[in-house]
Amino acid sequence: MSGTKKETGFTFTIDGVEITAYAGQTIMEAADEAGVYIPRLCDHEGLRHQGSCRVCTVKAGGRSVAACTQPAAPGQAVENETPHLTKMRRDLVEMLFHEGNHLCPICEASGNCELQAMAYRLDMTEATKFPYLEPCRALDASHPDIALDTNRCISCGRCIRASQDVDGKGVFGYVGRGIHRRVAVNGENLADTDAQVSDHAISAEVCPVGCIIRKRVGFAVPIGEREFDHGLIGHDIEEKRK
Amino acid sequence: MAEPRLIEISPVTRVEGHGKVTIHLNADNEVDEARLHIVEFRGFERFIRGRLMWEVPVIVQRLCGICPVSHHLAAAKAMDMIAGVDQLTPTAEKMRRLMHYGQVMQSHVLHFFHLAAPDLLFGFGAPAEKRNIFEVIKENPELGKRAILMRKYGQEIIEATAGKKVHGTGAIPGGINRNLPIERRDHFLATVDQMIEWSLDAVKLAQDYTLEHEDLVAEFGSFPSNYMSLVRESDGALDLYHGNLRALSSTGDMIFDQVPYTKYHELIVEDVRSWSYMKFPFIKSLGPDAGWYRVGPLARMNTASFIDTPLANAALKDLKAVTSGTPNNSTLANHWARMIEVLHCVEKIRELLNDPDLQGTDLIAKGDRREEGIGVIEAPRGNLIHHYKVDEHDQVTYCNLIVSTTHNNEGMNRAVKDVAIKHLSGKEQITEGMLNHVEVAIRAYDPCLSCATHALGQMPLQVELFNADGALVDSQTQCV
Repeated sequence: MSGTKKETGFTFTIDGVEITAYAGQTIMEAADEAGVYIPRLCDHEGLRHQGSCRVCTVKAGGRSVAACTQPAAPGQAVENETPHLTKMRRDLVEMLFHEGNHLCPICEASGNCELQAMAYRLDMTEATKFPYLEPCRALDASHPDIALDTNRCISCGRCIRASQDVDGKGVFGYVGRGIHRRVAVNGENLADTDAQVSDHAISAEVCPVGCIIRKRVGFAVPIGEREFDHGLIGHDIEEKRK
Repeated sequence: MAEPRLIEISPVTRVEGHGKVTIHLNADNEVDEARLHIVEFRGFERFIRGRLMWEVPVIVQRLCGICPVSHHLAAAKAMDMIAGVDQLTPTAEKMRRLMHYGQVMQSHVLHFFHLAAPDLLFGFGAPAEKRNIFEVIKENPELGKRAILMRKYGQEIIEATAGKKVHGTGAIPGGINRNLPIERRDHFLATVDQMIEWSLDAVKLAQDYTLEHEDLVAEFGSFPSNYMSLVRESDGALDLYHGNLRALSSTGDMIFDQVPYTKYHELIVEDVRSWSYMKFPFIKSLGPDAGWYRVGPLARMNTASFIDTPLANAALKDLKAVTSGTPNNSTLANHWARMIEVLHCVEKIRELLNDPDLQGTDLIAKGDRREEGIGVIEAPRGNLIHHYKVDEHDQVTYCNLIVSTTHNNEGMNRAVKDVAIKHLSGKEQITEGMLNHVEVAIRAYDPCLSCATHALGQMPLQVELFNADGALVDSQTQCV
């Protein structure tokens, strides 16, 4: 939750850069305001923090914490872009590629995909070192306006929170436990739910990958005009410092 | 008496994809049988099933890295039909045409200068180390420079219309996702006249070769066949992007004409043979023995009534004059035809660049949804058919692709056998240069074996020699 009482501001540092924060702000919220980008996948503006993807892991007080859920503290020295943390984040992203079926060359989210963009930012220049699991997941195209290709799902849960907290519906939820946990729909298939293309959960910015698809608009945005064609993921935040 | 032998050429080099040739020699060292085998398997027709219709033009273009635009556009045309769009907006159609002309230009230039020129310049039997583009550049730097810059021009046209030089996303069901900004137009206009001039020189080079080697061209892998292509609906002119189907016999008799391509399955049947992953299409009304046909640049020169760009049309008249207006059956004349098409494409590119519709903003048309779509286009290597069915959930349930190289399967096999008989029969010693003659015949078709099997791995030509009992006696492999 963002801080509201500006008069209670305090400072802490991220990689030596002094950041002003306010009571109640997380490390990530304060960093975003100050123009310091901390990589993230499961966190999204306007949705409650979940802290599950761990891509935003930073070192604070010698401990590894999720920047999206850890409150900022006065005088804290936070490490963000260290070689160790960057490698850890790259390994996490590689594991996401290894776990699903992410075929960027033919995916309509390519260029707008946060997973792909994160891989570029973290300098993942080769195929994942982990053996591909190549799961067999069916495409759910039952809904007239929406399709669900869970081959590309990274279980970030953003659609679950958007559906529950913003749309008030609960179209999506987690099923299974441990490594078997998956995002599923609340019905036999998507057509069996009350999902609508106007739902916030279905909007292009909520799903960070190409899992939730709004039908018949794929590839309408030309190469060169896609979100990450002209800048690394996080450049919009970093530009605040320039 | 010598032992019967089997020669295997594997891989066939300087073509796209994986193939091998087997030549069976009998006890008298005469060629009994010679075949081009396509040894790769891809299966796009199967794994596209279940995917969403608007993904298809982007997925199926991955069949090929040389002319993916052909698959991209053929699939997009099929998806237009499914989207209920029978007429694109002017900007969409002209952007797609510009993309296609850029593609045919770069693909033909690649084939003629990079793949075929070493044979034509240095001779079919020249040492293997001589037969490559680097030696062409060393021998004739100006030609080499033009080859590279002409291909670059075509590739940049593709990039401007599809977003990337290879595997872009320009065409979407019902239209296109971009127009051509003025600054890009001006960039291409600045050098288009140079491209026309170089294309004219390329036509002359291919024409001179054909006429100076009249005897060789007349006998090398040449035989009568039927020819098929799209022609323009109104007047039978050459049209690489859209039109109706026309087929001619080897003597120029019309087999069918101006048949909408959506009826292709009423005209063409695909035969399957056990020794190749590539099918053998034939014209249904003529049967498999008489109904096989050829497609591609020479086929198009044979079927087209004329070309609607002046310089290419003048070049077409020169080509047709060689056979007094009847179809030209010489396999090697494909190179001349290919360069005429390069000239036509550049003329068309110039025409389009001067058309303000390219800067239009009405990019996508809408229509009433259909369940089935067929898209046909004249790809660099010939006629290309994409046929899909899509269910009410927008998922593909059926896909049939007949690609140019598949249309030419029987023709290529006949060319292989013809050249093998003429150049290998009766020889005790089979040299690498003799084997290259077989490859030259295949290369004239500019086959794309990857597309034809709808491959992964290296690109090897292998020649195998079998004895009369069918046992493998000898094989030679050429590597890229």
